[in-house]
Amino acid sequence: MSFRLKGDSLLKSTVAAAALAVVAMVIALGYEIYSGSGLSISRFGFSFLPGTVWDPVHEIFGALPFLYGTILTSILALLFGLPISLGVAIFLSEKAKGQKTFKYVIGTLVELLAAVPSVIYGLWGLFFLSPLLRQYVENPLHAYLGFVPLFSGTPFGLDFFTAGVILATMIIPTVSAVSRDILNAVPNSQREAMYSLGATNWEVIRRTVLPYARSGIFGATILGLGRAVGETMAVTMVIGNTPRITASLFSGGYTLSAVIANEFTEASSPLYLSALVEIGLVLFIVALTINVFARFLVWRLTRGTRMRV
Amino acid sequence: MTQGLGSGSIPSGRRYLDLLMTALVGVAVLLALIPLVLIVADVIIQGAPAINLSFLTNSPTPVNIPGGGIGPAIEGTSVMVGIATLISVPIGVGAGIFFSEWPESRLSTISSFTNDVLAEFPSIVIGIFVYVLIVLATHSFSAIAGAIALSVIMVPIVARTTEESLKIVPNTLREASMALGISRWKTVIRIVISTGKNGLATGILLAVARAAGETAPLLLTALGSTFFLTGLFQPTAALPLLIYTYATSPYQVWHEQAWGAALILVAFMLVLNLTVKLVIGRKFSEMRAEI
Repeated sequence: MSFRLKGDSLLKSTVAAAALAVVAMVIALGYEIYSGSGLSISRFGFSFLPGTVWDPVHEIFGALPFLYGTILTSILALLFGLPISLGVAIFLSEKAKGQKTFKYVIGTLVELLAAVPSVIYGLWGLFFLSPLLRQYVENPLHAYLGFVPLFSGTPFGLDFFTAGVILATMIIPTVSAVSRDILNAVPNSQREAMYSLGATNWEVIRRTVLPYARSGIFGATILGLGRAVGETMAVTMVIGNTPRITASLFSGGYTLSAVIANEFTEASSPLYLSALVEIGLVLFIVALTINVFARFLVWRLTRGTRMRV
Repeated sequence: MTQGLGSGSIPSGRRYLDLLMTALVGVAVLLALIPLVLIVADVIIQGAPAINLSFLTNSPTPVNIPGGGIGPAIEGTSVMVGIATLISVPIGVGAGIFFSEWPESRLSTISSFTNDVLAEFPSIVIGIFVYVLIVLATHSFSAIAGAIALSVIMVPIVARTTEESLKIVPNTLREASMALGISRWKTVIRIVISTGKNGLATGILLAVARAAGETAPLLLTALGSTFFLTGLFQPTAALPLLIYTYATSPYQVWHEQAWGAALILVAFMLVLNLTVKLVIGRKFSEMRAEI
């Protein structure tokens, strides 16, 4: 009997230690990044975030151009990616009823999109998408709407716009998979009630399913936003890597993650390195806030049903 | 879904709107899938000409010398992903067992939530973490640092899939085993885990696939190299790093090699994911359907 109890508590404490290790890892992560940015924090204080100058030669470091680039590209990603993701989710949850195999194939393909490594998106973005967008989207937009600040500048292909499109492709699998689970969690009685009133499929979706799932879809969107904010390689390869704050979407830019990827191993002084670690700290805090918020929203809704991301 | 109503009873405006929206949903699905098709096609078309045996085994050469290969990159990726698997599987599976079998514990709730958040962390931040923790301490970029960074990325994936695959093991199995007088730990190990082992394998394979394609954290930990490994504490080559470096270089020859390396990486990824989906995943979902 005592052997059995020993075995039980041994197993429990072993696996509990593993669970504890997960928590410890995140705490250590936060601590190391905070301590690594100490030099930069004590040197620049609160002027780091609103600082617009990034000058490694004179050791003046401000994060605003990168923050701006991250926010702008993430908004573009949501703008392009959200409608498509919602369409996919609606298709998988509300359309083609009974055609299970067909939907399974579509679902699998969309999931495969999430498995493609970021650097492959970058490679494709650099050599295929960027020239394509420049010629067929950016040039015409600039020619006809060039007076709008958004479309001013000389389209070069490696810019905020291309980064936004690449990011949109990358968040579609996440947002559509979570939204599909949210839509699946809407009780059928809601749909049946609408159908019995004579509604069409779209009316059921528009007036019952989507309103019911609203906060969950919002959560899925925020989760996608978190992905877009943290995405590094693909963005680094197509955004042009110039710290610039401008309204033009066709201008080269920079993001928080891209500047880390690009300059980290070249940082020649302790202060430069520390400033880059502080950029990482900013990214850490932004991503943490976004993710905790999104998880909370999604958890509240799909509690009880399974969720796959 | 308008069966039984007779579509004639719905005014045509509403019916057209319904059709229009269905068409738009179809367009959305197409738009979502086009990039996958284009990426895979592009990688195959551009990458295939570069592939031959010496490309897979040779070391990289300077731009003006032909015959460069990706041997060290394949070796580096295999070694780092291998070590990362050895580190992350015990932690991830352990945590997953805890989430699934002791869900009432407060640590379980906290850790499970933390795990979800960690899974969505920007991988470059994990790279900085390991840089400060290992690279600064050992004064060198290394395969070990790279492997640790990859293991931090793998743990949440393994933990989550382990939890999910153990949770769907019916409670009746646990109860039956305990009713026979089998202790809880033996029940968990012999009954629960062996029933959920397909799910566990799924999680580990998916984590391996994810780690093999990670670039950003390796940039700050393994750095990259053009040589085969002679030890674990020196800068190490990796397939994704090589693709990044070659793609962003100005040389046509290196671009071609980047596509070749990309084809190898994408093929590995697709094989692993499809294996999971079609072989293990199917058994896994059949099991779920039976329950």
